[in-house]
Amino acid sequence: MGKTIIKTDLIDDNNSFMGTVKSAVKSFGLPRLIISLFLLLMFILAPFVGANFFTQLSNTLNRFSWNAVLVLAMVPMIHSGCGLNFGLPLGIIAGLLGATLSIELGFTGATTFWMAILLATPFAVLFGTLYGFLLNKIKGGEMMIATYVGFSAVSLMCMMWLLLPYHSPNMVWGYAGTGLRTTISLDGYFNQALSGFLRINIGHLSIPTGALLFFGILALGIWAFLHTKTGTAMTAVGSNAKFARACGVNIDRVRALSVIMSTWLGAVGILVYEQGFGFIQLYNAPFNMALPAVSAILIGGATVNKASITNVIIGTFLFQGIVTMTPTVINSMIHMDMSEVIRVIVSNGMIIYALTRKSEVSK
Amino acid sequence: MAESPLLEFKNVSKSFYGNNVLNGISFTLNHGEILGLVGENGAGKSTLMRILFGMNVIKETGGYEGEILVDGNLVKFDNPSEALKAGIGMVHQEFSLIPGFTAVENIVLNREPQRKSIISEVFGPRLNTLDRKKMDEISQKSIGTLGVNINKDMLISNMPVGHKQFTEIARELTKKNIKILILDEPTAVLTEKEADTLLKSIKEMAKRGISVIFITHRLQEILSVCDKVLVMRDGVIVRETPADKTTVREITKWMVGREISGISAENNESKIQNKKEIKKIMSVQNLWVDMPGETVRDVTLDIFEGEILGIGGLAGQGKLGIPNGIMGLYEAGGKVFLNEKEISLNNPRLCLDSRLAFVSEDRRGVGLLLDESLEWNITFPAMQIQNKYLKMLLGGFIKWRDEEAIKEVTEKYIKELSIKCTGSQQKAKELSGGNQQKVCLAKAFALEPKVLFVSEPTRGIDVGAKKLVLDALKKFNKESGVTVIMISSELEELRAVCDRIAIVSGGKISGVLPAYTDSEEFGHLMVSNVV
Amino acid sequence: MKKNTIVSFISNNLVPLMFVLICSVAIPLSGFSFSYLLAEIVTRIARNSFLILSLLIPIMAGMGLNFGMTLGAMAGEIGLILVSDWQIWGIPGMILAMIISVPISILLGTISGKIMNLAKGREMITGYIMNYFINGIYQLIVLYAMGVVIPIVHSSILLPRGYGIRNTVSLLAMRQSLDNLLAIRIGTVKIPLFTFIVIALLCLFILWFRKTKLGQDMRAVGQDMEVARASGINVEKTRIISIVISTVLAGFGMIIYLQNMGNLSTYTAHSQIGMFCIAALLVGGASVDKATIGNVFLGVTLFHILFIVAPSAGTKLMGNSMIGEYFRVFVSYAVITFALIMYETKKRKALREVGRSLGLSQTRLSQSKQA
Repeated sequence: MGKTIIKTDLIDDNNSFMGTVKSAVKSFGLPRLIISLFLLLMFILAPFVGANFFTQLSNTLNRFSWNAVLVLAMVPMIHSGCGLNFGLPLGIIAGLLGATLSIELGFTGATTFWMAILLATPFAVLFGTLYGFLLNKIKGGEMMIATYVGFSAVSLMCMMWLLLPYHSPNMVWGYAGTGLRTTISLDGYFNQALSGFLRINIGHLSIPTGALLFFGILALGIWAFLHTKTGTAMTAVGSNAKFARACGVNIDRVRALSVIMSTWLGAVGILVYEQGFGFIQLYNAPFNMALPAVSAILIGGATVNKASITNVIIGTFLFQGIVTMTPTVINSMIHMDMSEVIRVIVSNGMIIYALTRKSEVSK
Repeated sequence: MAESPLLEFKNVSKSFYGNNVLNGISFTLNHGEILGLVGENGAGKSTLMRILFGMNVIKETGGYEGEILVDGNLVKFDNPSEALKAGIGMVHQEFSLIPGFTAVENIVLNREPQRKSIISEVFGPRLNTLDRKKMDEISQKSIGTLGVNINKDMLISNMPVGHKQFTEIARELTKKNIKILILDEPTAVLTEKEADTLLKSIKEMAKRGISVIFITHRLQEILSVCDKVLVMRDGVIVRETPADKTTVREITKWMVGREISGISAENNESKIQNKKEIKKIMSVQNLWVDMPGETVRDVTLDIFEGEILGIGGLAGQGKLGIPNGIMGLYEAGGKVFLNEKEISLNNPRLCLDSRLAFVSEDRRGVGLLLDESLEWNITFPAMQIQNKYLKMLLGGFIKWRDEEAIKEVTEKYIKELSIKCTGSQQKAKELSGGNQQKVCLAKAFALEPKVLFVSEPTRGIDVGAKKLVLDALKKFNKESGVTVIMISSELEELRAVCDRIAIVSGGKISGVLPAYTDSEEFGHLMVSNVV
Repeated sequence: MKKNTIVSFISNNLVPLMFVLICSVAIPLSGFSFSYLLAEIVTRIARNSFLILSLLIPIMAGMGLNFGMTLGAMAGEIGLILVSDWQIWGIPGMILAMIISVPISILLGTISGKIMNLAKGREMITGYIMNYFINGIYQLIVLYAMGVVIPIVHSSILLPRGYGIRNTVSLLAMRQSLDNLLAIRIGTVKIPLFTFIVIALLCLFILWFRKTKLGQDMRAVGQDMEVARASGINVEKTRIISIVISTVLAGFGMIIYLQNMGNLSTYTAHSQIGMFCIAALLVGGASVDKATIGNVFLGVTLFHILFIVAPSAGTKLMGNSMIGEYFRVFVSYAVITFALIMYETKKRKALREVGRSLGLSQTRLSQSKQA
């Protein structure tokens, strides 16, 4: 008798254990689990292929610090139900305008960075307002239109970079004297303006404290905003717009505000990226910035209408981890540089996965 | 010739989640017979027809008990196409037509006559070409039998509603071996003349041997075309009678008349009787509301302070449109005054600011943030409208959520309304229907309204929860003196709770009577100008 | 009344009219001769029409602009890579490439269709992301598997490292083999008659297809999925078939396109093709839910006139050829953006129209009562 009881207990335990594992996997999401395990494997394998663990970790942290703000720019729009911000290039353009204007106006050193943010702000607010107005007209079709609004803006700016009357010799084509260069070096301007601040170096480990701190402040700001009355309304609009409307919330205004916030964060995000990268990239570069940011936040556990700061941090870390780790590890293992292809498949696969999730709104 | 009846129901019962909605239904339908089916909303008519038509929802909720025989053979339809095969056709209340197709294309939809070609021999019958000429012929013939003049090449989207209805019926008639045709309120959208034509063609069909089950709220029509009338109430057939041996008045009585229980003496000596002492709190004048399926045409209504006013009526007559229109959720026009002050319509915020509150009938769609916690659900409107549960930081520049106050008030309501949950952080979607409804009430109570609209508060919740919800409403009315306007399809429920009841019919108020009035009277008002 | 029809004509054909306007300014600026322009246009119609026609069937099935047509293009390219390795040239090579592309297209189309069925209402963005996703798989196969897993005989198309296909595969021995068949010359204008016959056959196919049972089902599904389902049509399958047909046709179209170009940019040829085809179709006056064969030909003509003249017109106007290049890219994107916005606003307007008419009738009613 006793034995049987023990046995059933065991089975029950076993079942419930399997059950917890299953539900944990389910809530965590299978794709995310695979990606996390893959990254873990990369870190474990790194020493065997001769890569220093701390160097790798530093690289990942470094890239994290460049990209995290761009990923953070997804959060307000997802919260208000505008979907994934494929229109991120709009914010990036505002940031680029800020950066180039700041240099054009003759600022040097780290000041350019803060001036760039200041100068980018009016553009971001203007673009965001127009963009928000448009998105309110086409509720339900945001993502596709956002993509193409972004593209149209980028290609319009391609012409503008050539035509706008910039003169700074560090930025325009040397031979023509007009038209901005495709890539502008930030040496002497805001290269490492944040990352260099309070940088910690311990052996192979190097932490870009300033940039991480800056991201931390912005993330804290967003977190705090979501705890205010307006922030609460924003989340409610994204969760159930009909509910929010019946509670007297002006949906269009909340959505427009979220778009402005996302656009501004996009502008700041590209400036943070540039200070780490060391160059301003103009013309076609903004085309390719939206998808990595979108897939990063999805990898972090966000869905089409729910996202948190934790999603941003986890997602950016996993995504950038894969971007930095796969080339080193895979290349030295099979002598093929498959990292780019893996990145493309993983990141876009993740977006497709999120788009096909039915959990858009539970009804 | 002792032939078996075409259709026979033997002791059919059905329950949804333990609620009996049909109880021991038995009836027969002979060849070429027209059967009128009447009853209040929720009497079980549509469930009965769904069973007959093999709708998925029946099977998903555990099937039914009893037997159905067609031509003497036992049948059990698992899906509509099996029912179609057995010769049962159904015309629904909502049009199931393709707007960009012509009448012809709709009539033969997915049953188009086709021509084979070499290609289709190789790649399968879906590459057959359509035989347009035959399609025209079939449709023309079918339209012809209806005796109406419809342009068969006109797009559905350009048609008047009546023609759409005829197109649907024509489609059912072209189905091979059609034996039984179910018409669910087919005349609701027709003009009088069109309705007459339809009734004539129903008789024509019957002559050709097709049996018809005819559901309508227009009782006169039932009497003029049907051979037999079935009156349903509360899931049972209360009366089966030949149509020529009854009157509209009698049918109405059977439909609503029952021993009234639960109407307390307190209700009967209604507060409204001392009308002079009582102030008019709200006045609605010539209200129209464009709410799909619940159109309000011209409603004028006065509401007195502190009363519970019921608004009843049959489905689709516009009773739900009234609160939705006043609260600005659907486009509306006309005038609404609160304490002699006009409230501008189409702006939910202004309504809420003037201390109106609304518990929507669309609990999951409008009433709740399903993915959020109870705390959020209950406190959100009061927070947004009245700045409650907020901490003002930096002199009010930052309005910070006061999590403690939120938790406190949520727990208060959880206790007061005895909401069954694991805690104030539980997500609204995890609660049962009745508890969700209580959350909706709590949300409205937290607003401390002067006038509270409650729409279908007991829809889709079990009996025990119903009583709790209604008691909570009564208590709230009594203790805080709040005027409550309760909209419900269930007359008995209104009679048990309300002081006065207004009945909506055809988008207009057809009458306002004290709650203790005979239910027969209400029944008359309900069908008085049904459109 | 007359004024009204003019206004509605203009608002319904805003995009084509705008293009006619831009072209009529840009053509004189570019300074190209009429015969040069004509020759170029004829070439481009022959090159692109087949690809653009492949977009029509999903539109009919209500799935919007098939951004996933690129998947078919990739299948066509794989076919071409293989036949050029096997050194089968000319028309036989093309046909073989098409045959190879068919199973790949069907596979990709089915996957794409199934995924779109999971993301109903978001078909376009899903198709668009599918491009990038399948492009990754394509690179995996072409850049890493070819020469390792998939045997490639001729090292001339392999990268120097021994596996993976070079950035360009020359199709010189196949160049214009279809176009030169039965080609006739009128003055300086070469008319690739046989290519046009192929395109005409496809047009006939589409016209015929609309009359089939399957075509009718697709139209029904496109207009109202629920009604179609209730009448017994297999909605999901019908939608998948429409995407499969589109993908297969896009594969053929890509092969026709590349035989005209004469070389294959292995990793970039398909990347922009979907966008340009969709833009051309929209320029021709199509919308997300309605497109005709007429839209295809008008669109391909107008769009490519702009493409030809923009760089040199830009040089003349701004003294910089890049301006024109950027301008035409901008125009492509702007046209798609505009068409998408029009589609969404139209959808919402139609919903509101119902409400407005009721409101009007009610106000009138109460007014007449008061009077």
